[in-house]
Amino acid sequence: MAAPLAALRVHLLRHLQVFFYSLGQLSRTPLATLMTAAVIGIALALPAGLHVLLDNAQRLSGGWDGATQISLFLKKNVSDARARRLAETIRRRPEVAAVDYIPRDQALAEFERLSGFGDALKALDENPLPSVLVVRPRPEAATPEAAEKLLGRLRQYGPVELAQLDMQWVKRLYVIMDLVRRGVLVLGLLLGLAVLLVVGNTIRLAIQNRRDEIVVMKLIGGTDAFIRRPFLYTGFWYGLFGGLIAAALVGLALWVLAGPVERLAGLYQSPFRLAGLGGGELLILLLLAIGLGLAGSWLAVGRHLREIEPA
Amino acid sequence: MIRFANAVKRYPGGHEALSNVSFHQRPGEMAFLTGHSGAGKSTLLRLIALLERPTRGQVIVQGQNTSRVERRQIPHFRRRLGIVFQDHQLLFDRTVFDNVALPLVIAGVPHREIGKRVRAALDKVGLLGKEKAFPITLSGGEQQRVGIARAVVHKPALLLADEPTGNLDPELSREIMGIFEDFARVGVTVLVATHDIALVESLPYRRLTLREGRLVGDTAPAPEAA
Ligand SMILES: Nc1ncnc2c1ncn2[C@@H]1O[C@H](COP(=O)(O)OP(=O)(O)OP(=O)(O)O)[C@@H](O)[C@H]1O
Ligand SMILES: [Mg+2]
Repeated sequence: MAAPLAALRVHLLRHLQVFFYSLGQLSRTPLATLMTAAVIGIALALPAGLHVLLDNAQRLSGGWDGATQISLFLKKNVSDARARRLAETIRRRPEVAAVDYIPRDQALAEFERLSGFGDALKALDENPLPSVLVVRPRPEAATPEAAEKLLGRLRQYGPVELAQLDMQWVKRLYVIMDLVRRGVLVLGLLLGLAVLLVVGNTIRLAIQNRRDEIVVMKLIGGTDAFIRRPFLYTGFWYGLFGGLIAAALVGLALWVLAGPVERLAGLYQSPFRLAGLGGGELLILLLLAIGLGLAGSWLAVGRHLREIEPA
Repeated sequence: MIRFANAVKRYPGGHEALSNVSFHQRPGEMAFLTGHSGAGKSTLLRLIALLERPTRGQVIVQGQNTSRVERRQIPHFRRRLGIVFQDHQLLFDRTVFDNVALPLVIAGVPHREIGKRVRAALDKVGLLGKEKAFPITLSGGEQQRVGIARAVVHKPALLLADEPTGNLDPELSREIMGIFEDFARVGVTVLVATHDIALVESLPYRRLTLREGRLVGDTAPAPEAA
């Protein structure tokens, strides 16, 4: 048991050595390293930043979901008691947050007050307005599809003459956000590809610069895995540094925007604040960056290491 | 230790660098490989180190038929050899110590062990004081000796050298050959390619002669050595 454990320890130690050796190599040319990492950082900051803005927009529009409401216009012959009972039934539905009952008389009075057509209405011998139930769905039932579904169910109650969903603009907002989200995804994929190519090209140059060393390694029995290792770790470091720079850039951009957003929110008496990258998101960003760095160097190493053979 | 059986090496251009070469070198034997420039000396050594594969025939090294060694196994095959190159093939951005340690690092020898073995190898070539120096600061002869130390640090049973005294003066050349003789004395099989005929003739070892890719001479050690 002790021997394999010792072997494992030696193996890990050797990896660790190469890990920090490759960092040391990068620190010998700090400017070049920084520039490559900066290119990666900027490429990643763009989709990451847009993602954060999108999240904020969604949070903001979450507040507007309260604006989604369904108006149920009741048949004229429905009695006041029946209407109240219906309101109570609907109120108990799990998707529903609140139901307001507006009896015909109250509707008329309100209309008279707001419209100024009081005299004209008095000329009619009957109140032309129906009673209305105003239903507000819970937030999770306020998305366009869920609200649409709820509308269909409410329409089936007997006393309901007409059911109307009042959310055209919320719907549009959702469609737009969905579109933007897809745009960000496509942009992210393209820029991820760019990062892959940047790392790949940088590693390719590193391989060319160290051609002599690779030849010597091969001459004296270095395996492909051994020769590949420092280049893969170099890709790892580029990814990590690029990810950190991206996170810093996103943080900087949000810091710049925070003031104006706060003032704007103040104008609308909204407590809204810009949220930054969360811990989990930061981790994902760094892992993605490292993954791209490793993948880029893997591609370069796979393509170019075999070409170098002792001649 | 090394057996060539009708080995032919034809380079992509069509040039036949080795034609039907057959010989056997016993374990622990020291031999010279001579011949004019372009005779095929380097090619023969490259076949042994699996830097090339024979076009026809067989090359058997340490009991292993090189034709049957897969590409993936080549590094492990080479680790059992020591090779000294005419142009040293040293890494100039690393110290003498790091250069000599390379075969051990590649083989995964533990750190503590490496220091001991590197110093032992440097001691054998008389460079113990230079371990922290960079190769560029050394003379040609010293660089060649660093190359020898690197070739023997992992204690290979077979040592190949291609023109190890190529551009050294006669005295230095003799000194380098003396180092190879030391290894042969402790049982290492040594094959040295050189066109320094005068030096070869002054030493009592077997001599293989190539001419235009053919093995035209195989002389036993001079009688006074026996
Ligand atoms: N990679 C190659 N491709 C084509 N021809 C080659 C190649 N390497 C060597 N040759 C040819 O094979 C022949 C033998 O070359 P080799 O290097 O083995 O000779 P050598 O005896 O070592 O010569 P020298 O003493 O000059 O080093 C030469 O004619 C050379 O031009
Ligand atoms: Mg040669």
